[in-house]
Amino acid sequence: MYDVIIIGAGPAGVSASLYTKRANLNTLIIYHDKSGLEKAELIENYYGFENGITGKELYNEGIKQAKRLGTEVLDEEVINIKMEEKGFTVITNKNEYQTKTVIFATGNKKNTPKIKGIKEFEGKGISYCAVCDGFFYRNKNIAVIGSGNYAISETNELINLAKEITILTDGKTAPEIRADNVKIVPKKIREVRGETRVEEVEFEDNTKLPVDGIFVANGIAGSSEFAKKLGILTNKENIVVNENMETNIPGIYACGDCTGGILQVSKAVYEGAKAGLEVIKYVRNKN
Amino acid sequence: MSVLKINEENFENEVLKSEEMVLIDFYADWCGPCKMMSPIIDEIAEEMEGKVKVGKVNVDDNQQLAIKYNVMSIPTIIIYKNGMPVKSFVGLRDKNEILDSLK
Ligand SMILES: Cc1cc2nc3c(=O)[nH]c(=O)nc-3n(C[C@H](O)[C@H](O)[C@H](O)COP(=O)(O)OP(=O)(O)OC[C@H]3O[C@@H](n4cnc5c(N)ncnc54)[C@H](O)[C@@H]3O)c2cc1C
Repeated sequence: MYDVIIIGAGPAGVSASLYTKRANLNTLIIYHDKSGLEKAELIENYYGFENGITGKELYNEGIKQAKRLGTEVLDEEVINIKMEEKGFTVITNKNEYQTKTVIFATGNKKNTPKIKGIKEFEGKGISYCAVCDGFFYRNKNIAVIGSGNYAISETNELINLAKEITILTDGKTAPEIRADNVKIVPKKIREVRGETRVEEVEFEDNTKLPVDGIFVANGIAGSSEFAKKLGILTNKENIVVNENMETNIPGIYACGDCTGGILQVSKAVYEGAKAGLEVIKYVRNKN
Repeated sequence: MSVLKINEENFENEVLKSEEMVLIDFYADWCGPCKMMSPIIDEIAEEMEGKVKVGKVNVDDNQQLAIKYNVMSIPTIIIYKNGMPVKSFVGLRDKNEILDSLK
């Protein structure tokens, strides 16, 4: 069992690990796909670089620094997190890991697709949590919006409940999945429609698909998706933390861009350090 | 007054015919966010004692109530005034956000 699993290897996640690892906590960093940092051409407002540094270089140096201290760093996609009696299970596309604490450092991504109707029908047929809401769709026809590992994971949660599941990739490449009651429609979505609740999806080519409900599982899940499943308080997709980077769930912390505020490296580094120090206290108190 | 267990039998009397405002938390035991919502609902019940009646509906045991009130995601909180639903919240919410809507 790990003392701490940090999700994200940007400035926030790596900074947290520098503290937890040096305090001898059994630390694992899991990251996958882009950091906001890689898009930053030149960082000129961060301490210590005479000529600035490219975001990509800073990101890669951070990962190397964590590894050099002996922290395990894995390139895997986190697709689910479950609360256990003692701690948490972090599930990736490849494996499952047990940990006493979790630090979210997943950056600032907004995954909810900008499709007309999605916001309006939240709780009226639009759901973000298959485990929570699958129950309402027993023997019904449902759709899952998404195309990656996360969409497959949500589909698998629903497969034994629903009558038929249609994965809507909204124009993206279709994922590999084989089950009798699952089909894939790769068409672009125009709108989700209904009277008082979701009734149909209309595609760009004017065709329609009647559905009883839609589960949104777009892209690579970020902290706000995990928050909706675990019951972590959010404010406009940002994770709500106190000054100790604690969320409302004991043992779960968040830092960096995913907590909102100023989206800058310096702030991510501070919050990562703070989260790391608080996790050290938490783990020591538990032992 | 503690939080009431509301079901299909007592819903009409406790909620629809209530003179006070009523707040109902629709939940299920398997739902993570519902577990985090539950203590917040308990605190609201204590703070609003005498002003707002607070109850919980287990959707697993009371599916007809969930269907009737279009509950398709949990937790869902519905506030009733004179037997009519006047406001609802879907998903985990901050205590103050809910308290504000009870004023
Ligand atoms: C174009 C651009 C320019 C910028 N310029 C500046 C600047 O000049 N100065 C400055 O200070 N800041 C700048 N920023 C902001 C800066 O990049 C961010 O504030 C900083 O990267 C936040 O760090 P973070 O650790 O919170 O998140 P990120 O650096 O975004 O890291 C997120 C990490 O989470 C991982 N992750 C997310 N989801 C999963 C999952 N499901 N499974 C596994 N891993 C996951 C990602 O792989 C990544 O490692 C810029 C940003 C952009 C986009």
